Amino acid sequence: MDKLKIAIARGATCSGCEIEFVDINERLLDVLGIADIVYAPTLMDIKHKDVEAMPDKSIDICLYNGAVRLEESEYEAKLLAKKSKIMVAFGSCAYTGGIPGLANITNRQKIFETVYRDTASTENPDFVVPQTKCEVSGYELTLPELFDEGVKLLDDVVEVDYYLPGCPPLVGQINTLLDVVINWVGGKGELPPKGTVIASSKTLCEECNREKKENMRIQKIYRPHEIEIDPEKCLMEQGIICLGPATRGGCGAKCINDGNMPCRGCGGPTAAVLDQGGSILSAIASVLNITDSESTVTDEEIEKMVSQIVDPLGTFYRFGLPASLLKRKVTEKVV
Amino acid sequence: MADEKFEPNILVFCCNWCSYAGADLAGVSRLQMPPHFRVIRTMCSGRVDPEFILHAFSKGIDGVLVAGCHVGDCHYIGGNYRTRRRVPLLKNMLKQFGMDSERLKLDWVSAAEGDKFQKVITEFTEKITELGPSPYRAK
Repeated sequence: MDKLKIAIARGATCSGCEIEFVDINERLLDVLGIADIVYAPTLMDIKHKDVEAMPDKSIDICLYNGAVRLEESEYEAKLLAKKSKIMVAFGSCAYTGGIPGLANITNRQKIFETVYRDTASTENPDFVVPQTKCEVSGYELTLPELFDEGVKLLDDVVEVDYYLPGCPPLVGQINTLLDVVINWVGGKGELPPKGTVIASSKTLCEECNREKKENMRIQKIYRPHEIEIDPEKCLMEQGIICLGPATRGGCGAKCINDGNMPCRGCGGPTAAVLDQGGSILSAIASVLNITDSESTVTDEEIEKMVSQIVDPLGTFYRFGLPASLLKRKVTEKVV
Repeated sequence: MADEKFEPNILVFCCNWCSYAGADLAGVSRLQMPPHFRVIRTMCSGRVDPEFILHAFSKGIDGVLVAGCHVGDCHYIGGNYRTRRRVPLLKNMLKQFGMDSERLKLDWVSAAEGDKFQKVITEFTEKITELGPSPYRAK
């Protein structure tokens, strides 16, 4: 039997996903026994032209991590989709935009101003910013263009077969994916239907061990460092915003159960909803200090209550702004 | 295009027990209202998931009005307690998305307040017409 061919491609990523792939530990030896990694710029010296030379659909599986926000990433994603049989959006950034997706509340010009001029450690009086083309001693040098229209998902540029959520996806999820693909290559199993998200179909609350009360109520909202967090009680009940109710399970609620920290929502929306932010907004607002004397509460008091959440957009869409319904910030015409 | 009159698209969510009846009363009383709105009836204003509103805005709607029973009068006792928290929180978030938060409005209309429904719709339509087309329209 021919060896399985794996590609590990990358867009806007911190490379944490690749590190997590190595975290499958000794199984890596088994994987390398039956598979060849044919493309992985993080691990080896390989260029686009080498991939271009490969026959179409010659790679069995491509794990693409990172969001798409450079011309070059889009080209790379399209190239690998052409050369691969299975395309996997590996990790939150490829799946829902991830942390780089938060760039959708600004634009290229403002990003350049912050990064190349305004930060405290930057000295750039002429405001030199990256150009897509420039000439140096008679040679033309090029750089890929950063999209002005914002961060794209892998799904926006190519057809994706499977999604592996998580920042990064955990070893258990990676092993599930490997099992399925190895069985398929060995003729011992079928592939799951296209579009499958390799995680749980339920919310994270199903995997959380904390005690949850029937009549839960948030009295005051705290940030995690402001209080001593009780490891037994539901975080929401303690006033800590936890994205668990609106987030897909599959990670075993590691942050909550082992880390005593709230969920930040890297698993993306559950199968039943369109918008993770809308879903958690609804959940939090529903338990925001509703008491028996509600009729005496004024609209001003409600305003104060909801204003405790200082950055709803950043909190509710931390890992999924480009995958949300509104996708990015707009500018209202001034009347 | 510039001198063409702007006709807004407005979506109104009415709860079954109060506001829908209020809208009906406004209709049967032949109260005159601008014709730019479409009503979707939900069982309670608490059924209006913020996702519905975000979905409407993503499709380019210019304004969304949520109408429910007055606080204390909810048919399900506490449905509108949730609504009155969700809408202001959603407004705060819409501001961060760069939208004018006045494109979303929450008001209470009872089954007996046909005239209030007329007033709320008229004022809201005027406001949205003044604001112009939603910035998400072209997307």
